[in-house]
Amino acid sequence: MSEKQKVSGPGADQQQRTVQPAIDVFEDAGGITLLADMPGVPRDHLEIKVEGDTLLIEGGVQRFTPEGLEAVYAEVQVPRYRRSFTLSRELDTARIEANLKDGVLSLHIPKQAHAQPRRIAVSAG
Amino acid sequence: MYESILHHPNSLFGQFERLRRELDDVFGISGLPSNIRSVAQGTVPAINVGRTPGSVEIYAFAPGLDASKIDVTLDRGVLRIAGERVSAIPADDPKVQVYTRERGYGSFTRAISLSEDIDPSQIQANYRDGVLHVSIARRESPQPKRINVQ
Repeated sequence: MSEKQKVSGPGADQQQRTVQPAIDVFEDAGGITLLADMPGVPRDHLEIKVEGDTLLIEGGVQRFTPEGLEAVYAEVQVPRYRRSFTLSRELDTARIEANLKDGVLSLHIPKQAHAQPRRIAVSAG
Repeated sequence: MYESILHHPNSLFGQFERLRRELDDVFGISGLPSNIRSVAQGTVPAINVGRTPGSVEIYAFAPGLDASKIDVTLDRGVLRIAGERVSAIPADDPKVQVYTRERGYGSFTRAISLSEDIDPSQIQANYRDGVLHVSIARRESPQPKRINVQ
């Protein structure tokens, strides 16, 4: 799984600024697990798309601004997360499991059944 | 007429201004005073502070915590938020191959000094979607006083 470089000109940048969420990616015999930090994103503002071999995760932070709120100090200004990845063929995109809890998205992408590791017997002689 | 050059969004000046702002975002070189408790960008959790006429609202972007283990204290006008995040990557498993490890783990503390008009007896905190929201009421400010001129 390799990551796609985001190409955006200054114009595109102004229209919709997004940040890449911090992620962890690890693999075991069953497949690949991806964890992404997306604090402030409720379930209905989250979008996960697979197109061909591209996986896109995108989520908007829910605006929680009480009446008359005036910003005093802000470290986070971008209300949208976006990151995309290139998957490889042995991954089964039809069986991706996604779970969003406390602002952490966890995705499990299983391997195709035939791509599970197999021990190949070597016969001597 | 000269002013219009400065205000045209795509003029040379506009582009310089944008570049300056971008450099400022990245390097913080504007020279404006920063809060003594401010931290480097990328520190977890990031904090936003806002104010309404009746309250001070603090939002800490801290995903993946156990709500019962977040420690919020208010002492002499300084709000402290402490917590710990445990790694979700299985440790010491030879079959697990880790490709990317960007999410921070471990314990953290952040402190924010608040204005003097807050009421420490009226404080509420809730944790939702990975954001800790602390709301503290402000005391009613005294009515403006009219001074008679003799």
